[in-house]
Amino acid sequence: MSQARTISDPKLRQAAEAVAIPMLAVAVSMVLFGAFVAAVGVDPIELYQLMYRGAFGTWFSWQNTLQRAAPLLLVALCTALPAQMGLVVIGAEGALVLGGLAAMAAGLPLADAGAPVLVVQLAMAAAGMAAGAAWIGIAGGLRHARGVSETISSLLMVYIAIAVLNHMVEGPMRDPASLNKPSTPAIGDGFMIGDMPGMDVHWGFVIGVVFCLAAWVLMFKTTFGFAARMVGGNVRAGRAAGLPVGGLIVAVTMIGGAAAGLAGMVEVAAVHGRANATLAAGYGFTGILVAFLARQNPLAIIPVAILMGGIGASGGLLQRRLDLPDATVLVLQGILFVVLLASETLYGRLRLPSLPLRRTAAPAAPAGTGKA
Amino acid sequence: MEDAALGWWGVPLAVIAGAIRISTPFLFVSLGECLTEKSGRINLGLEGTLVMGAMSGYGTAWATGSPWAGVLVAGLAGMVFGLLHALICALPRVNDIAVGIALMLLGTGLAFFLGKPFIQPTAPHLPAISLGFWSEVPQIRAALEVNVLFVIGALLAVAMLWAFRATRWGLIIRMAGDSADAARAMGYDPDRVRMWATMTGGFLAGVGGAFLSLYYPGSWNEGLSSGQGITAVALVIFARWNPMWCFYAALLFGGASALGPALQAVGVTQGYYLFNAAPYLLTLVIMVLASSSRRRLAGAPGELSVTR
Repeated sequence: MSQARTISDPKLRQAAEAVAIPMLAVAVSMVLFGAFVAAVGVDPIELYQLMYRGAFGTWFSWQNTLQRAAPLLLVALCTALPAQMGLVVIGAEGALVLGGLAAMAAGLPLADAGAPVLVVQLAMAAAGMAAGAAWIGIAGGLRHARGVSETISSLLMVYIAIAVLNHMVEGPMRDPASLNKPSTPAIGDGFMIGDMPGMDVHWGFVIGVVFCLAAWVLMFKTTFGFAARMVGGNVRAGRAAGLPVGGLIVAVTMIGGAAAGLAGMVEVAAVHGRANATLAAGYGFTGILVAFLARQNPLAIIPVAILMGGIGASGGLLQRRLDLPDATVLVLQGILFVVLLASETLYGRLRLPSLPLRRTAAPAAPAGTGKA
Repeated sequence: MEDAALGWWGVPLAVIAGAIRISTPFLFVSLGECLTEKSGRINLGLEGTLVMGAMSGYGTAWATGSPWAGVLVAGLAGMVFGLLHALICALPRVNDIAVGIALMLLGTGLAFFLGKPFIQPTAPHLPAISLGFWSEVPQIRAALEVNVLFVIGALLAVAMLWAFRATRWGLIIRMAGDSADAARAMGYDPDRVRMWATMTGGFLAGVGGAFLSLYYPGSWNEGLSSGQGITAVALVIFARWNPMWCFYAALLFGGASALGPALQAVGVTQGYYLFNAAPYLLTLVIMVLASSSRRRLAGAPGELSVTR
């Protein structure tokens, strides 16, 4: 009897659902994806073994995974934070691209002028965050001022951002030495964000984790976050309570954009060393999936980003060993995303654990006493 | 030599030709999306459907030797994606915008995965109608090579406008889009109406994709559609859910897309990449101008989540 009560306790039930349903969705996706690869003639068991090995099997692959999780932690915030206000922003890729470009634009002249390393890196981070914040802030501002769907505007802006990147690396910021892969000049190893001691994972991972923690505190432990989530729950109620709805929308989209812009800065300052078309590698789109899989919770982003980073990291091994195309990872992500959204319908309806308990408890009381 | 003879006149000519040529996928996707949105649901996944249509259409045309078989298969592939979207969205508490984003990723992923073998081979192309026979100038002749799908799309826009206004089906779709309760009261299941509307919309988007791989640019590769599907979805809002306006809007965007290459052809290479952004920027500007925070958009289906 008491067991049945605890399962129907709303808080516990919510927590149980928040864990059980995504795991169920992941399991169903793995079955579907397994069936898909089996259909193209690949042994799913072997594939999943390889994926595990490529993602978490060795210390080397763990480092690769964390390296890839770093930008995902940050871009996922770009979707997750506005989602707290009921906004669906899917343009993190654009903020990432421009953040990386802005970071180079700020960092290169300072590095040339002989500024201290820390100054250069901080300037790069600030420029990246400012560019990202401005970019996604535009989508938020347009949403508030003109009622333009932030989903569509932010996605259109991805293509504009990529065009701006191409323009800059082909023209004004081009390094003449970069022949068939137009790029900006390199920032130089001395100015790069290095690896954490004793490992091949750059500090960007730590930055991402710190940002996720900070975002969680901001959204769930401060008045600002409370106000933002209240607006997300009901705009009219927010207005009635005297909240500055427009200001909150713009502020939250800007914070999300800043995180994605910082992801771009981390990519240029820790991985590529320069800005070029490889910045638009699709992290922004994987970040949407991470945010949804984490149910828009900044804390949950951390494990999910590591999981997605792992899937991404295993892609190379799948290509080499099983001769699968690099889009294999995209297919898995797509299936995962679709199943995950379909599983949304289960929330609030997951009564499976409590039902049998209640049924056995109520009519079969004498048998129950024997057990107790 | 003819290039020099036309000189700067080549720019507007190329823009007009581009408007006709490049607008076709925009037209099909926006007509499909118009139908879906009229029924009260938004399918952002048409970008994925477009790419999927391009891949499956190309693969089929290559395997069968018939571009029209490719168009059909592309449409059917789009229909499957539309069905998937409709089935998932019919579940309670599922957000149609998010499902669209997911299907966009799944569609592009599947198309890239399954389309790997089709990057090299050449498939037969869709035929064109030569309307430039009266001219001696090759550019004019080339500009007036109108593809058949464009003509079909234009006729379809007129037919859809008429169907929305004057047929029982049109009325049912509009009713499901404006008020699910009203549709239910009249004995129609809104989810079922939306399923058919989303499937048909997916079919059209798939056909639009087949145009990309079977007419222009006319080959299958992974960079085939960069956001054309999503631009077309945005166009529907600009077109105020009116199929004829979808047609005009598609022409406008085709022209905008052709501007960069046209200028490059006459030697203006400055800012070539920025011109690539022109259609997206134009869409954004038009969306900003066409929207308003205070009143609902005129003509917007009442059940549509993006305009709420």
